[in-house]
Amino acid sequence: MKIKKNIAVSENGFVFDPTTGDSYSLNEIGTEFLNLMKAGKSKEKIQKEIMNKYDVDEITFEKSFHDFIKMLATYQLIEDHEEK
Amino acid sequence: MEKLRFERPIIKRIETGMPNKFGTKTEYDPISHIDGVAVADLIKKYGSPLFVVSEKTIRKTFNDAKRSFYTRYPRVQFAWSYKTNYLDAVCRVFHDEGSWAEVVSGFEYDKAIRNGVKGDKIIFNGPDKSEADLEKAAKNGSMIHLDHFDELYTLIELAEKKNLKPKVAVRVNMDTGIYPSWDRFGFNYENGEAWDAINRIMLNKKLELVGLHTHIGTYILSVKSYGIAASKLSYLASEIEKKYGHAIKYIDMGGGFASKNTLKGAYLPGTDTCPSFDEYAESITSGIINSEIKPENLPFLILESGRALIDDAGYIIGTTLANKRLPDGRRSMIIDVGVNLLFTSFWYEHKITPAHAFTQHTEDTTIFGPLCMNIDVIRQNISFPVLKKGDQFVISKVGAYNMTQWLQFITLRPKIVLIDLKKGVHIIRESETAENFIRMEKTPEHLTSRQE
Repeated sequence: MKIKKNIAVSENGFVFDPTTGDSYSLNEIGTEFLNLMKAGKSKEKIQKEIMNKYDVDEITFEKSFHDFIKMLATYQLIEDHEEK
Repeated sequence: MEKLRFERPIIKRIETGMPNKFGTKTEYDPISHIDGVAVADLIKKYGSPLFVVSEKTIRKTFNDAKRSFYTRYPRVQFAWSYKTNYLDAVCRVFHDEGSWAEVVSGFEYDKAIRNGVKGDKIIFNGPDKSEADLEKAAKNGSMIHLDHFDELYTLIELAEKKNLKPKVAVRVNMDTGIYPSWDRFGFNYENGEAWDAINRIMLNKKLELVGLHTHIGTYILSVKSYGIAASKLSYLASEIEKKYGHAIKYIDMGGGFASKNTLKGAYLPGTDTCPSFDEYAESITSGIINSEIKPENLPFLILESGRALIDDAGYIIGTTLANKRLPDGRRSMIIDVGVNLLFTSFWYEHKITPAHAFTQHTEDTTIFGPLCMNIDVIRQNISFPVLKKGDQFVISKVGAYNMTQWLQFITLRPKIVLIDLKKGVHIIRESETAENFIRMEKTPEHLTSRQE
C-alpha cells in the first residue's frame, strides 16, 4: 500500500490532500502510522517500531492497522491499498 | 523505558461550515468513580453490565425538590411514583425521606404495603384496579383515584355491599396548552365530565371525595402548563366548596417534571433546557394560592414526581465488546448494554462517558447494544472518544423507568447495586439465572417424551 505522494502531513497531526482540498485530523498514533507509511516502511517495520514505543500487543496492532488502512482507503488517501 | 499508552489510530475528515448530525464532542472527563467507588472495582466484583443506584443522589435530589415546594406552599406531600422505579431499596429511601406511595396496580399496592407504607398513605392510581384491589384499598383507607365511571360505580357497589366509605379523588384530564394533551386518564375538565363525576360522588354519599388529581403528561418542559392545571383544579375545588360546602383535602398535581436527560432530536442538552424544581413549584403553587379556595381550606399539595427525582441517581456501567467499520466509514461500537436494559434509549440521547482517561480525539460513532436485533441502538450519532475492546464506560441518568421497564430478552438481566452514604455497596437485585425462567416454563408431556 502506498500513501498518495502529494498529501501533506503536519507534525501535530493535520493532513491536507491537494487533489480534493480536504483536510483531516489524526490522533497521535494515527500521525505515527501515516508518517511511517509515507516513509515507505513495510507493515512489519511499522509494527516493530510501534510495538517498541507503545504498550500494545500484536493482535491489537493488527486490528488497528487494518482499520486505519480501511479509513485511508475510504478517504482515498492511498494509491494502492493492496498490502505488499 | 516505560512504553506509552496505545490508542487506536484514527483519521477524521475536517468538515467546516456544515452542521453534522454527530454534533460536537460532549465528553471531556472520564467518570472513573461513582460516589467514591471505582467503576472498575464494581465491574470486577459484580459483573458487567451493572446498574448502580446512588443513595446520596436520591436524597439530595429529593431534598432539592422538597425545598422548592416547601418554601412556597405550607402543606406539601410527595408520593413516590412506584412505576418509575419500584426496587424495594429505592422505594424505602424515598419513604425514609417522608414520601408516601403512589401505585398503579395491585402488584405495586402490595409492594408498598410490604415496604411498610400505611394504607392511608397510599395513593392508588391507574385504569386497572380489580374489585379485590379496590376492596383492599378501601378497607385500608387508601386514596383511590377514579379513572372512569365503571370504576366509580364498581366502588359504589362495593361500598354498599361491604359497608365501607372509600376515600376517593377524581382524576381530571384537561387542556393545558401542550401537545399531546393526555386525555385517556380520568374525566375531562373542558366538556364537563369531571363535574359530572364530582356531582355523582357528592350526591351519592357512598364515597368520600377527598381530592382532585391531574397528571398532565410526561417530560413536560412548559412550567406554565402546570400553572394552568393547578388553576383549573383549584377552580373545581372552590366550586365544590361553594356548591356543597365541602372542602377538598388535597390537590394532587401528579408528576411529569422533566429530568435533565436530552430528548432525541433536541438541539440543546437537557441540562440547559429542563426547568428547575423552583420553576415548577412557582407555577403550581401560584395557581393554587391565587385561586378562590378559602384560606382556611387550603388543600394539601401532593406531588407524584418520579422521573425528575430518580433519573440522576441511576447509572449503568458496562464494557466495550467490539469496534467495527460500517460501509460508509462510520465507526460502530458494540457495548454490553442493550435496549432490553436501557429502554429509555428509544427517546433519550443518553450521556455515555468512558470510565478511564482518554485523549481529545473523537470519531463519528454509532453505539450498538449486544442484541442480535437491528433496533438495538444506544446512540445513533455521537462524536465519541476512542475506546477499544474491554474498555469500560458509564451511562448516566438512567434511574427512571429502566429498572422497571427492562426486558428479559435474548440475555439475562444483570445485578443492581446501591451505593450508600458511606460508600458501602449493596446488591439490591440479584442477576437473573436460567433457573428463574426454567422454573416458570412448562412443556406438555407429548413434547417432553420425544427422543432424538
